[in-house]
Amino acid sequence: MADVKKFMYVNRKAPYGTIYALESLEVVLIGAAFDQDVSLAFVDDGVYQLTKDQDTTGVGIKNFSKTYSALGDYEVSKIYVDQESLDERGLTLDDLQHLVWEDEDDDWAEKDSIRVLSRAEMADLFEEQDVVLSF
Amino acid sequence: MAMLHTVNKSVFERSTLDSCISMAKAGSSILLIEDGVVSAIAGTAAADRISKAMENISFYVLGPDLRARGMSEDRVIDGIKVVDYEGYVDLTTEHDNIQSWL
Repeated sequence: MADVKKFMYVNRKAPYGTIYALESLEVVLIGAAFDQDVSLAFVDDGVYQLTKDQDTTGVGIKNFSKTYSALGDYEVSKIYVDQESLDERGLTLDDLQHLVWEDEDDDWAEKDSIRVLSRAEMADLFEEQDVVLSF
Repeated sequence: MAMLHTVNKSVFERSTLDSCISMAKAGSSILLIEDGVVSAIAGTAAADRISKAMENISFYVLGPDLRARGMSEDRVIDGIKVVDYEGYVDLTTEHDNIQSWL
């Protein structure tokens, strides 16, 4: 397809304290309609956006964390998480939601969306992008 | 005179909590709220700093904000008390004055 650009959404804030996480997710879902090469990066406090078992009943804010599991259906299958950010926060991959997508070129096999990268790998990935949107 | 300090910024993102700790007097209290609750988690790069500050400052964290971020109470640094909104109100009445760090 012509004019496919590499878009990366970089998420660096914890959810709920500010509107960045929700706004990013909304832009990603809207942008998914444009058939671009989309990837998401979760760096620094952004890793808290993907934690499982989020319960917002006590704070009166809608829990939008379930929406991340819909990203696979929007063909957003490249979700990168910074290892160093997890380590710094005492988190592991097990603390995050298990996000998957179905590969139509592989008999709709369910595959993991999240890949944990080193800082150096994340830096290389940033360099490859045509457009970087930061939240 | 005991002051209640509230901090709503993550220790990983802003220097707010470190400034607060450096200026909070012995015997005062710090309540972590909103994005500040992630600072209360054990085993992080900031946990030692906070444990040290707990030698003469009482630390509290707002439970509903913790749970919203997927963090359960059992992950909190030993000695930090988890409070709900009623506990938050109690803290405001138990202290002489409040400084809301932003």
